[in-house]
Amino acid sequence: MIQVLETGVSTTVQDSGRYGHYHIGMPPSGALDQFAHEAANYLVGNDADAATLEMTYQGPDLLFEEDTVVAVTGADMSHTLEGEPIPPWTAVEVEAGDTLSTGFATEGVRSYLAVAGGIDVEPVMGSRSTYTLIGIGGFEGRALEPDDRLPVGEHGDRSDAVGNSVDESRWPDYTDDTIRVVMGLCAYRLSEDGRERFLGADWKVSDESDRVGYRFEGPDIQDMFVEREQPFGAGPDVTNVVDLGYPVGSIQMAGQPIALTRDAVTGGGYATVATIISPDRDALSQCRVHSTVNFEAVDVDEALEARAERDATLETIRESLS
Amino acid sequence: MSASIERQELPSPRYEYGGDDYVFVELAEDMSFDANFKAQAITTEIRDRGIDGLVEIAPSNASYLIQFDPGVLSPHELIAELKTVESEIDLSDYQWEAEVYEIPVLYDDPWTHETVMNFRDRHQDPDSTDLEYSARINGFDSAEAFIEHHAGAPHMVTMVGFVPGLPFCFQMVPRERQVEVPKYVQPRTNTPSRAVGFGGAFTAIYPVQGAGGYQLYGRTPVEVLDVDQELADFEESMVLPDPGDILNFRRIDRAEYDAIREEVEDGSYRYTRGSVEFLAGEFFADPDGYNEQLLEVVR
Repeated sequence: MIQVLETGVSTTVQDSGRYGHYHIGMPPSGALDQFAHEAANYLVGNDADAATLEMTYQGPDLLFEEDTVVAVTGADMSHTLEGEPIPPWTAVEVEAGDTLSTGFATEGVRSYLAVAGGIDVEPVMGSRSTYTLIGIGGFEGRALEPDDRLPVGEHGDRSDAVGNSVDESRWPDYTDDTIRVVMGLCAYRLSEDGRERFLGADWKVSDESDRVGYRFEGPDIQDMFVEREQPFGAGPDVTNVVDLGYPVGSIQMAGQPIALTRDAVTGGGYATVATIISPDRDALSQCRVHSTVNFEAVDVDEALEARAERDATLETIRESLS
Repeated sequence: MSASIERQELPSPRYEYGGDDYVFVELAEDMSFDANFKAQAITTEIRDRGIDGLVEIAPSNASYLIQFDPGVLSPHELIAELKTVESEIDLSDYQWEAEVYEIPVLYDDPWTHETVMNFRDRHQDPDSTDLEYSARINGFDSAEAFIEHHAGAPHMVTMVGFVPGLPFCFQMVPRERQVEVPKYVQPRTNTPSRAVGFGGAFTAIYPVQGAGGYQLYGRTPVEVLDVDQELADFEESMVLPDPGDILNFRRIDRAEYDAIREEVEDGSYRYTRGSVEFLAGEFFADPDGYNEQLLEVVR
């Protein structure tokens, strides 16, 4: 068991996601930065989809009730164990009675703590991910609170994993402000000039950005659209479409651009004009409130290449540790 | 009053890449039963074919969305496969087994009324209620007449989404009798759970409290989402209706609302429901007559 002493800003149990229920309006949830989540699991000898703790800006203080091995990846929050700094992206040994404490992230937003055996809360619809809107998954369907006690999964001896680390050359750069997108979905609604302005603008991450969506402040979006006689059922605004399904990572134009993240609404009536490519969904989740991002258009083949590169890096990490 | 529903000629589908792992297919830009029935038929067929590498298959009002694993299947191959399905499927006639549910609604209820009044500054017409505004722009004499229209003919569930279990419902009448309303100028930050709202050409029932942009008309005492599956009618799934099911909104008063709510809360409530074989051809030919026939199972 792991006992929560202090909660930090917001910490939830997340895994690779809950799939197969999008058609009833169930988003996948899961770790927003899947790269950091998977790497943390590999470091302690878990499978990619074991549940980790996702910490936001500042993580919790935790008391370990048993000997184990943990690793922290993602944003550096200056974690300490019994007051001693622990190296990031590295598996460290924890003894029963040890306290892990967390500072603030100065670069990036989210850290992931993996523990040997994974956080063993009861899966809901095939996943341990927390989805707070309807209160399912994770620990009682909510963010952690003081005195929560988290079960840890059964595992064999993992002492071999201690000292495992991911080479610094493979740590993502959390100051990168370019987010690659494939233009499409309802991008036909944008004028040529509107499309250029969307791609050329500096977009500031609004403070209303969370696991549901990232909102961006910047130029007016209404006049990026082509006027038309609105189709039946869409509604009168130029940004309205007949309600349709939204991909995770898509950018909907609802008064301002909103990138839909893993707890987002699954559909609605605003035009979506681009989809963030999967590796850059990880990157966006590490973009801090009030930072500025630019969207760069790539084609689908470039998107597939970027995904393959990311998968290859994770595979290299996994192999180097096994 | 028009007696039949005119079939719509649909354009060629528009296939779009959604990043590296989604394909979005728009069957029509405007809403029609034809576009929706095609979305349901195609996604059912895709599901039945068991194509390797598909993660999510989600039909929507006039489109559908597929998530896939690009490690198994390339998006180019997927689109080719979807075009094959499109060319092979028979869309001349539709029929399926539909569940008909009666959904009691307290129109102009105190909870949504309070919400409506709290967010007047985000509305097109701050001086009327959502009901008064919607009645006026659709040519009804009064909110009362508008409510009668809304509860006067059943609705088909054409999409489930936005949040888990939220049904989008399209009234089963010819287009010239369908009402259309805009969404709020700026979405509200609050909507009561079980609120009955309307935006574009769709009625929505909000399963949980949260943000929302639809005009609000009333509240139902019954659930459309039961996460813990405590009510008997949720034994198989945490969501009530599936796309293709039919909802009949029945106007109730406050006393009945309270009585039903009590039964829902103590777990004893049973929905008034029945199964029908929905025959699209008969519906298109004589919607009013056919609707009356469908509703016999809930009367």
